[in-house]
Amino acid sequence: MNVTTTTDVDKLTLTTTAELSASLERTWQLVSDPRKLERWWGPPEWPATFVRFDFETAGRAHYFMQGPDGEKIHGWWRFVSIAEPRELSIEDGFADEQGEPSGDLGVTTAHITFEPIEHGTRMTIVSGFESVEQLEEMAKMGMQEGMRLAVGQIQQILDES
Amino acid sequence: MFRALADATRRDIVTRVMNEGISVSRLATSYEMSFAAVQKHVAVLQSAGLVSKERNGREQIVRGNLSSIHRIQHLLSHFEEVWKQRALRMGDVLNDDD
Repeated sequence: MNVTTTTDVDKLTLTTTAELSASLERTWQLVSDPRKLERWWGPPEWPATFVRFDFETAGRAHYFMQGPDGEKIHGWWRFVSIAEPRELSIEDGFADEQGEPSGDLGVTTAHITFEPIEHGTRMTIVSGFESVEQLEEMAKMGMQEGMRLAVGQIQQILDES
Repeated sequence: MFRALADATRRDIVTRVMNEGISVSRLATSYEMSFAAVQKHVAVLQSAGLVSKERNGREQIVRGNLSSIHRIQHLLSHFEEVWKQRALRMGDVLNDDD
């Protein structure tokens, strides 16, 4: 599968484009069916579980991602607009254990569009950030996570040897 | 349409002030819009940290802030990887369910 990404420093967005070899309807299920969604939203080390999924305009979702050491990070979504099966716009942020927005690190947006092509569906995702500060903080968090994972893997290797 | 155009203008401004400082009035002559409109674009870029503005006599010189542009590009690239991996997993989910 061919995935391309471009960034726009002016608008603080990044665009991901991929051609998927499935029909528009099946591709749409990746975002409308929470059981399918949770198979790709979180990385393998931090799988996501959606515990609330009000798939309607202005509806909310609550999910958590669980790390290798059992820690849970909660998040919320708000469905800004839904135009089945071609367009979906969401807001995403950190939540408390009840799924209420915690306000930490602000809100990011994702605008997902699907369009039929000859042998499948072209997907375009525009992901947007609020500010450079937010981008900075979120990247820092991701990098710490990466570091922790690496340390965990080293520990595992040591334990096995 | 207007938004896209506005963004194209801002991108153009950033590109042009990267190598040398250019006054707002000189920038304004290059676009089919008012001085005030160009000044507004410069202000947006300035608040994003992409350009800086300094006074030189009666002129305001705009300069690109290369280090912060590189910084933002670097930060965005981190999330490029996150979304790339997500897209690949989406492909896997579709293939698995065939």
